[in-house]
Amino acid sequence: MNKIYLDNAATTAIDKEVLELMKNTMEFQFGNPSSIHSHGREVRTIIENARKTVAKLLNTSPAEIFFTSGGTEADNMAINCAINDYGITHAITSKIEHHAVIHTLEVLEKKGLIKLSYVNLDEKGHVDTKHLEELLANNERSFVSLMHANNEIGNLIDLEKVGDICEKYNAIFHSDTVQTMGHYRHDLSKLKVHFITCAAHKLHGPKGVGFLYINHNIKIKPMIHGGAQERNMRGGTENVYGIVGLAKALEIAYAELDEHQNYIQGLKSYMTEQLLANIPGIGFNGDLDSKHSLYTVLNVSFPASEMGEMLLFSLDISGISASGGSACSSGSNVGSHVLTAIGSPSDRAAVRFSFCKYNTKEEIDIVVEKLKELVLVKV
Amino acid sequence: MVKLPIYLDNNATTPMDPRVLEAMLPYFTEKFGNAASRNHPFGWVAEEAVDYAREQIAKLIGCTEKEVIITSGATESNNLAIKGVFEMYAQKGNHIITLTTEHKAVLDTCHHIEKQGAEVTYLDVQADGMVDLAKLEAAITPKTILISIMYGNNEIGVVQEVKKISDIARKHGVLFHTDATQSVGKIPVNVETDGIDLMSFSGHKMYGPKGVGALYVRRKNPRVKVTAQMDGGGHERGMRSGTLNVPGIVGFGKACEIAMLDMEKDSIRLSALRDKLEGALSQMEESYVNGNKEHRLPHTTNISFKYVEGEGLMMAMKDLAVSSGSACTSASLEPSYVLKSLGLNDDLAHSSIRFGLGRFTTEEEVDYAIECTRNAVNKLREMSPLWEMFKDGIDMDSVEWAEH
Repeated sequence: MNKIYLDNAATTAIDKEVLELMKNTMEFQFGNPSSIHSHGREVRTIIENARKTVAKLLNTSPAEIFFTSGGTEADNMAINCAINDYGITHAITSKIEHHAVIHTLEVLEKKGLIKLSYVNLDEKGHVDTKHLEELLANNERSFVSLMHANNEIGNLIDLEKVGDICEKYNAIFHSDTVQTMGHYRHDLSKLKVHFITCAAHKLHGPKGVGFLYINHNIKIKPMIHGGAQERNMRGGTENVYGIVGLAKALEIAYAELDEHQNYIQGLKSYMTEQLLANIPGIGFNGDLDSKHSLYTVLNVSFPASEMGEMLLFSLDISGISASGGSACSSGSNVGSHVLTAIGSPSDRAAVRFSFCKYNTKEEIDIVVEKLKELVLVKV
Repeated sequence: MVKLPIYLDNNATTPMDPRVLEAMLPYFTEKFGNAASRNHPFGWVAEEAVDYAREQIAKLIGCTEKEVIITSGATESNNLAIKGVFEMYAQKGNHIITLTTEHKAVLDTCHHIEKQGAEVTYLDVQADGMVDLAKLEAAITPKTILISIMYGNNEIGVVQEVKKISDIARKHGVLFHTDATQSVGKIPVNVETDGIDLMSFSGHKMYGPKGVGALYVRRKNPRVKVTAQMDGGGHERGMRSGTLNVPGIVGFGKACEIAMLDMEKDSIRLSALRDKLEGALSQMEESYVNGNKEHRLPHTTNISFKYVEGEGLMMAMKDLAVSSGSACTSASLEPSYVLKSLGLNDDLAHSSIRFGLGRFTTEEEVDYAIECTRNAVNKLREMSPLWEMFKDGIDMDSVEWAEH
């Protein structure tokens, strides 16, 4: 039985081309980039070239790209440092943000450093931009953190619109773009965003590396101290092969972006149609409209039945890997904070299917067939 | 014939052991799951691999798996230890004791928390790099919450009397953190017998991958807690969030396992090679070995060649990859603050070279390095007016240089 992996929002398989490049670095280019001898200079060049690659793809300057250990560190750095260094006392976020954002803001709230407001969400789970404006107008200079695409339900925000609103009220705008980096084109010469983040392992790159984009108008101090790495912004010997892999993964993602977007959106639409046609009472969490929804994520809501809790387990027995929500909280028994926030009925079972370029229509057929079996037998 | 340039900068970073890379590869490809995915085998396989690596790491330092917090490297570990203790034990006090010879990751972190109300004592070391234990004990106040003293120094290789330091910390109910980045995997380090409460170390200094490290956090006698510095999914028992770098962790685990097997063999071989190198070079006129030679890492020596300028010397021996201080500060042309702490003047600190041997260093390479260094030093001295004055018997320290 071939295993079917539909949990690409949790992590993705590395692209072979990416690994080849990393392997070469691991074997032959092992120096410390801060060393001034040739072993060091060689890897320093590699890192700076990777930075240039990333910057060019995002249409920005290499001086604005800072490599980190991943998305969580990048989010923490943006939030903690901006709020602290700018003396911000009010932050706005939403109830469906990733825990790397929500928990970080909650800690600051608990310490009494900020007042935290949650922007309203409409019935589909979209940010109410009028409410956002009200919150911005009625408070001091705010820090806004709203993710580009939600990792559980796939809802997209309009980065341009939110950026414009934030600019109007002189707010600092951070967007967790971990799920959309390499899946959409981010043109940073146009977007009015101060911070965006990347975790390479979500785009067929390696785990343990990511970056934070910091707009040149924003000046923050480091979060991790010690050493002059990343132009004094992030202490610690650079994860050279990780950085090499990140840049290559992003390069490949951009080269194949349109093709993959069409292909993966096709898989998602096909699965949606098949589920609607075959399983009575099926529903979906979040918006399905491709203009407002991440094409890699489909959150399916199954009719209430005894099978509910067992669905993921049964899928797994059949060699199908999906998830109930974010991997980062899948160990806890607490229900998804995202589904709770959008008012999804708790008696229905939610399964997140998330796709990538390696998935096929045949796999979708097998999954739908299996789901039919599992749900219909029990009803 | 030796392959040039010869890498003798293993304190900056080490090449990855091929056995480590081999262990990592499957976790990039078919076993690529997110270790936090609990609903399918991709996740379980990744989690099992992390658990196994955690055991390998724990075994090397004599702790339990639950006491190992995985980080992105030793710098993050040092940040987490110091800031984490400072926040968690704020009720108890705000005073921290450390050394002037610590790595920047410790010093910069301490400087940072000073701005947040911490009081930090930076103790000077003795001329041989060892901490004066009486001075250390005398520095403890009722407000002291942490002593952070490195295990083995990255520039001079001096190994502190860790057990004696921890005894003092215990006696006064103060936590003891040690930056053991240069020591773990090179010399026996055991958190139980050494009495360590928190310990930072990393993969790439012990033939493992870059971008992964760990913080040991004691769970018993006493139970130590640190405030998380990165929040999110609650990974690493809430102390460090972020998707686990599975291949990196697997590689780190394997590097620890290999270190356990090879440590004795490696250290005997390397200390013999180091002694050969040091013996030959210290026979040269006006050359001085820096730091205590008894309490020292087996693979490190730091030598000052008087009347020669370190950067120039490095340029003159291009066939050797060595450094004149720590890699993390080597971009600056300031003389090493570690050597200055030992009481060396700027000139002598400037004229020092750190040789860091490693698992893959051969005797042939060491022989070549001796020749190369000798020639370079002699050549530079021939061109140096200071050397000429010295040879003419002028007492250089009595010369008063005119301002210009």
